[in-house]
Amino acid sequence: MAYDGNDKVLEEVTGKSYEFGFTTDIESDKAPAGLNEDIIRLISSKKEEPEWMLKWRLEAFAVWKKMEEPNWPHLQYKKPDYQAISYYSAPKQKKQLNSLDEVDPEMRKTMDKLGISMEEQKRLSGVAVDFVMDSVSVATSFKEKLGELGIIFCSMSDAVKEHPELIKKYLGSVVPTKDNFFSALNAAVFTDGSFCYIPKGVRCPMELSTYFRINESGTGQFERTLVVADEASYVSYLEGCTAPQRDENQLHAAVVELVALDEAEIKYSTVQNWYPGDAEGKGGVFNFVTKRGICHRRSKISWTQVETGSAVTWKYPSCILKGDHSVGEFYSVAVTNNAQQADTGTKMIHLGKNTHSTIISKGISAGKSHNSYRGLVQIMPSADNARNFSQCDSLLMTDTSGAHTFPYIEVKNPTAKVEHEATTSKIGEDQIFYCLQRGIDEEQAISLIVNGYAKEVLNQLPMEFAVEAQKLLSISLEGSVG
Amino acid sequence: MVNIKELKASIGETQILKGLNLEIKPGEVHAIMGPNGSGKSTLASVLAGREDYDVTGGSVDFESRDLLEMDATERARSGLFLAFQYPVEIPGVSNINFMRAAVNGKREHEGLDPIKGKDFLNLVKEKASLVELDGRLRNRSVNEGFSGGEKKRNEIFQMAMLEPRFAVLDETDSGLDIDALRIVANGVNAMRSPDRSFLVITHYQRLLDYIVPDFVHVLVDGKIVLSGDKDLALKLEEKGYDWIKEDVIA
Ligand SMILES: Nc1ncnc2c1ncn2[C@@H]1O[C@H](COP(=O)(O)OP(=O)(O)OP(=O)(O)O)[C@@H](O)[C@H]1O
Ligand SMILES: [Mg+2]
Repeated sequence: MAYDGNDKVLEEVTGKSYEFGFTTDIESDKAPAGLNEDIIRLISSKKEEPEWMLKWRLEAFAVWKKMEEPNWPHLQYKKPDYQAISYYSAPKQKKQLNSLDEVDPEMRKTMDKLGISMEEQKRLSGVAVDFVMDSVSVATSFKEKLGELGIIFCSMSDAVKEHPELIKKYLGSVVPTKDNFFSALNAAVFTDGSFCYIPKGVRCPMELSTYFRINESGTGQFERTLVVADEASYVSYLEGCTAPQRDENQLHAAVVELVALDEAEIKYSTVQNWYPGDAEGKGGVFNFVTKRGICHRRSKISWTQVETGSAVTWKYPSCILKGDHSVGEFYSVAVTNNAQQADTGTKMIHLGKNTHSTIISKGISAGKSHNSYRGLVQIMPSADNARNFSQCDSLLMTDTSGAHTFPYIEVKNPTAKVEHEATTSKIGEDQIFYCLQRGIDEEQAISLIVNGYAKEVLNQLPMEFAVEAQKLLSISLEGSVG
Repeated sequence: MVNIKELKASIGETQILKGLNLEIKPGEVHAIMGPNGSGKSTLASVLAGREDYDVTGGSVDFESRDLLEMDATERARSGLFLAFQYPVEIPGVSNINFMRAAVNGKREHEGLDPIKGKDFLNLVKEKASLVELDGRLRNRSVNEGFSGGEKKRNEIFQMAMLEPRFAVLDETDSGLDIDALRIVANGVNAMRSPDRSFLVITHYQRLLDYIVPDFVHVLVDGKIVLSGDKDLALKLEEKGYDWIKEDVIA
């Protein structure tokens, strides 16, 4: 067998501690562990929420209590103890900030380590950053500039207070509370997240970006993101995250809702790099996310994701193609290594006439990890001339890793055209040797080959993000061929 | 430059190289001919450091260093180049990015900084014109969808980019049309120099009309059984290998 050096390299990699596995010691204002109505009232009052919001949460909690946590055939993990989690924590920093100088120096340091210092972001990339540390947004930039165009980009807590009419109208309109176990839990206890509204006909001039970060040991992270693109508007939204190293599993159950009104376009990109746990998966983040968008007439939603983190990932960004001529796209690279497990994919629900969807999924499995693609393409009776194209590729880096593809296709309209292609391949020793012979070292060879394989997806990302994502892919696969 | 002594190599249980001797001095061009399956590509792979092969005996000296002690990357960076009989496709990786990684790998080895963008592009332009490599092919994914001839031409382009001290060309002529053969051969000839050596593996003496070798060797069953000058190639073309098997081996 070639690459005998493998065991050694693998050991080195698995022994290598998580690059962003640091924590900051900002004092937290933290709720006691456990979940009950009082905790929900506490969250709501801490957030100074109006009465209707509290009511909404309590209703969600009532729904959640009656639900059961789902079991998935291809994921194995110890279910979290929901009563052992603290549902609220906020950095001790309450005042609205006017400039970066007012930010806690510890927090500034964290941002620097992540390479996302605000000045940099402001100066270099023209990205407005709503940085979420634990559960409270600490600073928002570019707000005024966006304000001039009538664009709202703020934390969800601010939105609840300042834009109640929009929140009442759209919150839970795409992912209803009762949708699933985690969406109900999220609705009951979400502590922050972002809200974005693009007015009619406005093209958002910059990528909107939120960096999520989980920071408190034992604190679940329940983000709630809502993006509403009004008629004929356009927005590109970026979401990325890193997380500190932990011994206990950290639950993340976010909900993201996208609303694309007539002729609007939303591009939603994610680079996800949560702590995957040690070589055995111990201590990694559990990532159970519900992401869904609704497309009205001639609108388009495009999900792009690069997933490299988490011990367990369960995530299916979906599109409901409600309006005629609407378009849904899903581009995904999911990397699993060591003991990671990922079950991701998408759902494309075609309701409108002449609706089109495209699914490009690239799975990469290394170590003894398992990577599943699970996709649903549903063509409803009303969807005349619907089209779908799905391409699901799997790349195995080792003999011990696994790739699974579960395409579900339901066609209830005879005019539909649905195409599905799937491939599974093992990373080519010939390709690696070819690189080595040209003087490229093994790590870089793997990086080149894997990035080449994922190129179709990476190309969908905005430039700076694509570069970051490429690095991430290389880092997560270092020395992982076997 | 290269001194191969009693080299033995096997894959799995099968021994393929059975005590091969060959010395190549700086500036020399050696051709190796021999029947299918005699071990020519195996020799090339073993020299390049492919780990599928177990070297079970012998030694290879490369510029006073023990070649067999070096890994494949180090051999390449030290100036050994292999033009593959079957160049490999790498989807999604542009030829140009691939070459930049290769050039920078070599520079790192030499203690140099990564090449500047502009210098690199100039280098690409210069070397591509040497083998008349179409601009289109530079930006396409490495070898993906290239015709057989285009792949071979790309190998020589890469060789020119990396300016090796010792290049092994494994059947670079097969699959080339007559014009391409001349272009590739001219590219190689342009690179001939007193401190660069070549080992040219081929089945056809025609290539050797263009790239005139200093020596021709015949490899049969894992050993060099006969060596001569360029006229040996003509004789082989005319008479095949059977007479050697009878004369030499018997
Ligand atoms: N990976 C392998 N596994 C098993 N046998 C192999 C392998 N590689 C080469 N061989 C065998 O080794 C022998 C020598 O092969 P090699 O490719 O070196 O021949 P060659 O002289 O280059 O032939 P050709 O002229 O056809 O290119 C052949 O019998 C071949 O089948
Ligand atoms: Mg051969």
